[in-house]
Amino acid sequence: MKVTLKLNGLAAAGDVEPRTSLADFIREHQRLTGTHLGCEHGVCGACTVLIDGRPMRSCLMLAVSADGRDVRTVEGYEGDEVMATIHRYFKECHALQCGFCTPGMLATAYDIVTRLPHADRNRIRAELSGNLCRCTGYLGIIDAIEKALDNIHGADRRTREEAP
Amino acid sequence: MKPAEFAYARPGSLDEALRLLADNAGRGRLLAGGQSLGPMLNLRLATPELVIDIGRLRELQRFESTDGALVIGAGVCHADIEDGRVPDVAGGLLRRVAAGIAYRAVRNRGTIGGSLAHADPAADWPPVMIALGAELHIASVRNRRRIGAAEFATGVLATVLEPDEMIEAIQIPSAASELRWGHYKIAAKPGDFAESVAAVVIHKNGTGARAVLAGRSQTPLLLPETARAIAGVRAWSSDQHALIAEALDSDLARQGIGSGLSREDRAIHLASVSRAAREAIA
Repeated sequence: MKVTLKLNGLAAAGDVEPRTSLADFIREHQRLTGTHLGCEHGVCGACTVLIDGRPMRSCLMLAVSADGRDVRTVEGYEGDEVMATIHRYFKECHALQCGFCTPGMLATAYDIVTRLPHADRNRIRAELSGNLCRCTGYLGIIDAIEKALDNIHGADRRTREEAP
Repeated sequence: MKPAEFAYARPGSLDEALRLLADNAGRGRLLAGGQSLGPMLNLRLATPELVIDIGRLRELQRFESTDGALVIGAGVCHADIEDGRVPDVAGGLLRRVAAGIAYRAVRNRGTIGGSLAHADPAADWPPVMIALGAELHIASVRNRRRIGAAEFATGVLATVLEPDEMIEAIQIPSAASELRWGHYKIAAKPGDFAESVAAVVIHKNGTGARAVLAGRSQTPLLLPETARAIAGVRAWSSDQHALIAEALDSDLARQGIGSGLSREDRAIHLASVSRAAREAIA
C-alpha cells in the first residue's frame, strides 16, 4: 500500500505491507535509524516519536495508519531551540550512556518540557515511567529535564500560578 | 515480533466501517488507537485477516454534554479526557482515571471505547464506567442497542459484542455529578497494569453507593455488601477498614472467589477498596 507522510518536515512516500509498523517504515524504508525498537509492544518507549506534535509509540502504529500525518524523529530537531536546550543538559548531566533509549527519552523530554512547565522531580519521574533505560541512568535524565525546564521556563516556574 | 500478514481497510464513515465489519465477521478486527491490538498483532496473539482502521472516524470522536450527562464517542483518546478537553461530568474522576492509564505516549493514541471493548481485567475504564452506571451504545448494520457497563464484559477479554458489533459511544448519566468518588490503583509502577483497582462512588445525599473491584485476572466485580458498608458513613474512622474487610470478604465469598485468592491478592484488593472508600468518604 502507498504511504505518504511528512517526516521531519519533508514529504516521505513508500510502498509498504499493511503490517509494516511506522517504526519499520522510518528505519527500513526511510533509512532513519535513530528511532530504536526495543520491546515492540509499547512498554520500553525507545520507539517514541512525535506525531502531529504528540509523543506516540511508532512500534504500535501501522505505517498505513500514519498516512498524511506529521512525524518527527530524533533526526528532525535541527534548529529547534527547545531540543537544543534539552540536548545541552543531557550532555551536561550525563543523561545517556549506551544511547539506546535516548531517542525515546528525548521525545518524552520534549513533551514534558513543552506541556508541563510546572513539573517537579516527582512529576518528571512519573512522566518518564514509560521510557526504560537499561543502563539505569535515570537520575541523570531527570536532572537534565529539570534543568531544561528551569532554563526554558525560568527557575521560579514552580511558584508561579499553574496554567488552567 | 512482527505481525502476521493482514489486509487493511480505512473506511471513511461509521456506516462503511460497520458494513466491512459485518461482511468480515469473525475475520476482521477493529483498530482504533492500537494500544492493545498493536501489541497483540506484534506478538501474533491476534492474527486477523483484515484490520479495519476506525482511528480517524469523526463520528466516534464526538462528545456532547447535556444537563450533566455526557455522551462520549468511543474513539476519544485518553489524553483528551486527561487534559479536560472532554467535560468531566464526574467531578474529576474521569480526568484522574485517564491520567493514570499507561503512559502519555499511549494515552495520546489509546481510546476509551477500545479499552472497554478489549475487556482486559486490568484495564482502567471498565470498573469506573460500572461504578458510574454508564451505558454503552452498541452499533451494527443490523441495529443499535444499549447495554449497561456492568453487563458488558463476560470474562477475560470477552464481551457481549457480536462479531459485527462495535461500541459507538459511552453515556455517563447526569447522576454522576451527584456523586462523591474514590479511586485507587495498585500497580508495580506508574502506568503499569493494575494489580488491583477499585472505584467507589457515594451519592452525596447518602442514599446509596457502588463499589467495583478489578485488576490482574479479576474481571470487574460489583461489591454490593461493601457498598452498603460504605453508603451511610459520614466520616472516615479507624473502624471503617475492618468493616470494609468483612464486607469485601462476604462479597468475594458470594462470588465464589474468596477461597481461591492468595493472602497477597486479598490484601491488595482490600487495600485498593479501602483506600478508594476512604477517598470517597473524606
